[in-house]
Amino acid sequence: MAAVVVDGLVKAYGKGGAPALADVSFAVEPGELFGVIGPDGAGKTTLFRILTTLLLADRGTATVLGHDVVRDFRQIRRLVGYMPGRFSLYQDLSVAENLAFFATVFGTTVAANYHLIADIYTQLEPFKARPAGKLSGGMKQKLALCCALIHAPRVLFLDEPTTGVDPVSRKEFWEMLGRLRAAGIAILVSTPYMDEAARCDRIALLQHGRVIAMDTLPALLAGHATATFAVAGGKPYQILKDLRAYPGTRYCSAFGQDSHLVLAADDAGGPAAALAYLRERGHPGATIRPVAPTIEDVFIDLTHAGAHA
Amino acid sequence: MPEPVIQAVDLTRRFGDFVAVDKINLEVAPGEVFGFLGANGAGKTTAMRIFCGLLAPTSGTATVAGFDAGTQAEQIKQQIGYMSQKFSLYGRLTVTQNIRFFAGIYGLSRAEVKRKTAEIVERLELGQAAGTPVDELPLGWKQRISFAVATVHRPRVVFLDEPTGGVDPVVRRRFWDMIHEAAEAGMTVFVTTHYMDEAEYCDRISIMVDGAIAALGRPGELCAAHGVATVEDVFVALARRATRHGD
Repeated sequence: MAAVVVDGLVKAYGKGGAPALADVSFAVEPGELFGVIGPDGAGKTTLFRILTTLLLADRGTATVLGHDVVRDFRQIRRLVGYMPGRFSLYQDLSVAENLAFFATVFGTTVAANYHLIADIYTQLEPFKARPAGKLSGGMKQKLALCCALIHAPRVLFLDEPTTGVDPVSRKEFWEMLGRLRAAGIAILVSTPYMDEAARCDRIALLQHGRVIAMDTLPALLAGHATATFAVAGGKPYQILKDLRAYPGTRYCSAFGQDSHLVLAADDAGGPAAALAYLRERGHPGATIRPVAPTIEDVFIDLTHAGAHA
Repeated sequence: MPEPVIQAVDLTRRFGDFVAVDKINLEVAPGEVFGFLGANGAGKTTAMRIFCGLLAPTSGTATVAGFDAGTQAEQIKQQIGYMSQKFSLYGRLTVTQNIRFFAGIYGLSRAEVKRKTAEIVERLELGQAAGTPVDELPLGWKQRISFAVATVHRPRVVFLDEPTGGVDPVVRRRFWDMIHEAAEAGMTVFVTTHYMDEAEYCDRISIMVDGAIAALGRPGELCAAHGVATVEDVFVALARRATRHGD
């Protein structure tokens, strides 16, 4: 049985506004780490709130472990763990008290499911008497994950767990998720960080309430047919500005110290002509080479192609 | 290097026994885009608060736009702009009300406020949205408006504290276009970010670990010195050595 099945979900807030979710469908299998990747306002939180039975959709259906999110909300609440985007533990309870509280609410004990959180909780143990509100950002997030896991959920919903967290803590957090997945828990995780796609079994790219692409990362990249060139050398911002003014450019974007260039369909000169143009414009050290697209190239191509042309 | 706009000499800040900032040294030139990186808890926020004139050093000196952070904090505040993702604009005020409010605080004349408001509305292509409460606008717009507001008085330095979180790759890059434009016009930009690709857009970066500066230089030089391909690799290699954790 699929862990989560979403079929045609639509949700709008208020009248006349753009829908937060506009016909979203997908399925997630047990033990799958599924990434919902999209910017602020894409509909990630709305989707997670519907799936955790905290919000009603306008149209469409969804099931979690075979239970309908509207009719069977009580069963679902016992079976899922949810870590909301905003820190939602009790700030004035200690680390240990928060954990015991969540275990009790679900009718279990910390000891009964300690194996699930052991390797995360050992990092928190030295601070177990500290009020949750006084923990650092990374520690709060680890405690929130422990609290979401302590009743041994079969599906875990994590809404932007890594937003605002530094790259090292993010890496550690994803390593923890990898271990949980190995225990057979289905994990749906949302993030605005495109590079985290590489950590997921499959991803859905969400934009303006729609799934604009869904697949494994390698398949998504392999299916990206737009030829992309990396331009390097000289002053990156000047190169970028000059490339935007080049008639053969469809669009180009900064990628670290390089610029990624996509040429217009009717461009006859190819990369060689673009390079000659740049050298003429005062970038003698410029180089151009074909480059394998990243997930950000794919997103830019799908959503904003030509916006900078 | 021309006369630096930001200079730290053995800059140190303690809180009791805890050394939040430990003898850091750096210089930032006019018109430079300087990336100030570090893990949560490395001491970035403390250092940034000193540079903004909000906190005095325990020892060492910090000079910003020619003023001493220990003794001339008020003069520093007039020379700088500040923007953070957490706070920058009043959500219930419209865009133009926000611009008027902040321009007023920075002491711009009525005529300047009017001219600046028109200029920002046009440059950001706000159109009708100029009369909308800021809370109702998409995050990417808010971030760009925040930047425009933080620089409305043409400060010599603008401090940006994680300005771009949560937006899509295109919107994030539009924000960086604004940063580069400001730098081209001579403004110094001092920016913290958790996006390592953004670190590579900076002229120079520093990476703080446990209160000290563990690396400082051009992104390409740092990658070469560590024998790795990206700033993220440099960051992870250095930050993993950290012995302290926290915000």
